[in-house]
Amino acid sequence: MKFQAELRNHQREIHLFRLRLLLCLGFVLILLLILLGRFFYLQVVRQSDFRTMAETNRIKPMPIPPNRGQILDRNGVVLARNYSGYTLEIDPSRVSNLEGTIEELSRLVTITPKDLRIFKKLKAESHDYASLPIRSRLSDTDAARFAAQQYRFPGVEIKARLFREYPFRESASHLIGYIGRITQDDKEQLEEDEEVASNYLGSDYIGKGGIEQRYEKELHGTTGFEQVEVDAGGRGVRTLSRTSPVSGNNLVLTLDAKLQEIAEQAFGNYRGALVAIDPANGEVLAFVSKPGYDPNLFIDGIDTETWDELSNSPDVPLLNRILRGQYPAGSTIKPFMALAGLHFGTRTPEQTIRDPGYYMLAGSSHHYRDWKTGGHGSVDMFKAIQQSCDTYFYGLATEMGIEKMHSFLSQFGFGNKSGIDIDGELTGLLPSEAWKQDHLHQKWFAGDTVSAGIGQGYVLVTPMQLAFAASIIANDGIAYRPHLLRQLQTSGKPAQPVPPVQPVFDMHLAPDDIDLVKRAMAAVTQPGGTAAWAGSGAPYTIAGKTGTAQVIAIKQNERYVESQVGERNRDHAWFIAFAPAEKPRLALAVLVENGGHGGVTAAPIARKVFDYYLLNKVPQPLQASAGKSGGEHD
Amino acid sequence: MIRRLWKHFIAPFDPVLMIGLGLLVSASLIVLYSASDGSLAMVGRQFLNIMVALTALWLISSMPLHYLLRSAVPIYVLGLILLLGVMTPLGVNSHGATRWLNLGVATIQPSELMKIGVPLMMAWYFEKHEASLTLKNYFVATLLLAIPIILIARQPDLGTAILIAASGFYVLFLAGLSWRVMLVTLVAGLAAAKPLWSVLHPYQQHRILMLLHPETDALGKGYHTMQGMIAVGSGGFLGKGYMNGSQTHLDFLPERTTDFIFAVFSEEFGFIGAFVLLGLYLFVIARGFVITAEASTYFTRLLAGSITLTFFTYAFVNMGMVTGILPVVGVPLPLISYGGTSMLTLALGFGILMSIHTHKQLVKT
Repeated sequence: MKFQAELRNHQREIHLFRLRLLLCLGFVLILLLILLGRFFYLQVVRQSDFRTMAETNRIKPMPIPPNRGQILDRNGVVLARNYSGYTLEIDPSRVSNLEGTIEELSRLVTITPKDLRIFKKLKAESHDYASLPIRSRLSDTDAARFAAQQYRFPGVEIKARLFREYPFRESASHLIGYIGRITQDDKEQLEEDEEVASNYLGSDYIGKGGIEQRYEKELHGTTGFEQVEVDAGGRGVRTLSRTSPVSGNNLVLTLDAKLQEIAEQAFGNYRGALVAIDPANGEVLAFVSKPGYDPNLFIDGIDTETWDELSNSPDVPLLNRILRGQYPAGSTIKPFMALAGLHFGTRTPEQTIRDPGYYMLAGSSHHYRDWKTGGHGSVDMFKAIQQSCDTYFYGLATEMGIEKMHSFLSQFGFGNKSGIDIDGELTGLLPSEAWKQDHLHQKWFAGDTVSAGIGQGYVLVTPMQLAFAASIIANDGIAYRPHLLRQLQTSGKPAQPVPPVQPVFDMHLAPDDIDLVKRAMAAVTQPGGTAAWAGSGAPYTIAGKTGTAQVIAIKQNERYVESQVGERNRDHAWFIAFAPAEKPRLALAVLVENGGHGGVTAAPIARKVFDYYLLNKVPQPLQASAGKSGGEHD
Repeated sequence: MIRRLWKHFIAPFDPVLMIGLGLLVSASLIVLYSASDGSLAMVGRQFLNIMVALTALWLISSMPLHYLLRSAVPIYVLGLILLLGVMTPLGVNSHGATRWLNLGVATIQPSELMKIGVPLMMAWYFEKHEASLTLKNYFVATLLLAIPIILIARQPDLGTAILIAASGFYVLFLAGLSWRVMLVTLVAGLAAAKPLWSVLHPYQQHRILMLLHPETDALGKGYHTMQGMIAVGSGGFLGKGYMNGSQTHLDFLPERTTDFIFAVFSEEFGFIGAFVLLGLYLFVIARGFVITAEASTYFTRLLAGSITLTFFTYAFVNMGMVTGILPVVGVPLPLISYGGTSMLTLALGFGILMSIHTHKQLVKT
């Protein structure tokens, strides 16, 4: 009985166990089905997604940066070029102990404190995964020494790179500009356009000023790409396909490097600016802003010390004086005033005034002094320009009024950008009643017009504007936009002919008017003119106008005595000119900061430039190095 | 004479199970050759692992069942002592976890022994009290399970702890643990989930979080899961072909000869391959169920059931982890992943299964 009960119990137990086992089997089958469903989902339903992800894992597009175009002068002299060299680069994200690694490296290769400073600055500015140069332009011995020890330095690599070089250094630095490493700010700007951003994937540098910046698009070229199969560590396994990069265009500038060099030398120790333009087409042949700076310093990031030195120098070498230096026009405004007077009929050529050495407004006792004590006596328009008679133009300005003056002079580009192909140009200032009301919230006074008549008071011009204005007179009122780009050379293609330049406008000046002003300007460099010394002995005629821009105001009862004011408070000297006067081939504006009188310091610089350009005459101190650079001039 | 000897030699082997196991270890050698980028040395070592495991399998399967029954307590006690030993200075720390024991001659991982030791002990206990099972017996059995699990989880080795917990639970379940108790425990467990979460190590928490959103941290902790899923998914229906998996051969897959070997297999053999592999596992598991159902004693039934279900659990957890439905817990794919220890432990399990099968008639008579 008991045995039977136990047996039944046993049967029940087996039954229960089998039921539980069956449940387990069901559980197993359900889970296996879930797995199978998961496989189906991953491998069939979402197969293409994961295929893409695997391909993205596997294939990385590696950018191949293009060669940057060179910059040449009009005769093929190289102003900016590339050369290949080695650079030692550190990828900070792959180096655990950066300080220690650099310490070790410096025992192997030359690393100067300056290199270190630049590296630290770059590191602070760069994004995460970039590899940064610790030492550029590695010497062959350093490169070899590092290569032998490379295994000790994971994350440090030698890379072959093209370096930018500006062989003319300070000369034309403001014109050429420079390239610098792409900063976070640059990157953000590039990323605004997806296509542009992808073209810069392999690029480390971008144009930062002058031509390098303005023609960045033309110079940069098109980045090539390699589809590289990589492993999980990002190391390339093999190349699957390749699209070659396309080099940037070479830029041929209108600049004449030799003329530039001569103009620069002619300044001696003076600071200042000179722009020379071919009036027949607006080609800029010389573009001098002194002092300059060495653009080579900026390429791999300038160190703070050198930067401070440059930016705090009282000579402001970083200022592009041609486009951003705004000075009173002084007497250089007079030929334009004369044309205005003739145009509006305010004066006839023959009309004379008596100059007692000062000018007084009706109902006022204030004396507006002429530069010549005692005055010029009887003065007509020709003499007023030749001798730069202030009294004549005080009266002319007063009778004409500021509004007419404003409307006529703005045609010569005063108060406007010249439109030259470099960024950052300032407009200067050609005042008007409206301008004074808007900006100073003051009424225009008659005295303001008097000062404006001789280019003082509110009038401000840039050397670029004066050169442009001079070129318009030289070309009888027909204006050509000043420009620096002459030709684009695409690599692998024959040079395109230089496209003809169209005039931007014609002022339709009366031939008699322009003839008179040009003759009077020619007389400036003749005996009796304000720049007679500069014109003496020249086998061609220079038409010019001197000018003086005051640095400090002289009180009513004082006189300006050059020897008594500090050197930095001395007047700036102006000279605008074109030559030959009869058929001008070159127009220019010269500014000599603290140079005193235009006829004494500025005009001789112009003479040297004309002598070389028109006669191919090289000044004495330059002749030794004359054959070295620059092509022959026609 | 030779025939008799031969017969005696192969007698302990269960032919059906041997076919399934043989196919799986063959697959292991084939996949391993690809996963190791064509390393014959590695395939050779795995072959050696298989041979050692086969020997162990033969030894265990030819052992009479009462040996097994008698060895349950000593194995369990030895395992416990070794687990406690890990906590002494003899324990070897590696990667922040102390799972190994330095015995001077060799370094061993006591938790491996417990994979067999725990179900063995629990089955022995239930066999002993078979006649009059009360709730108290289930409680004691749970305690026998809980002690080693806590020790292992503390090492920390969550993966092994969970798997041993599963093997113990299967014993409890098959021993007829009442549904009511299970339900109460489940509710209590859910209530305890929050305090338990805070007990987990940060890296364990992270792994569970990553499971829920692997793509949010594709370069960090979710990298393994994501790369595994990419490998499996990109294999497609037919696979990329043997030795042709880009995820495998370009180093994107982590642990590809061990925990992630299933991703290698699926990338190269596709859905079809994975389907066949699941079929093979099901074949082995089904045979295990048959052996369990036919087992003659309470002890052998519970033990065989637990071993079979644990084997399934290993396979499921590994494949679930690689395909991103379970957290990355560091469980090898049974019989396929490279490694001698895992192979040996599995051989012990299957040896016991075969022994149960071959000796059932002897017990009956």
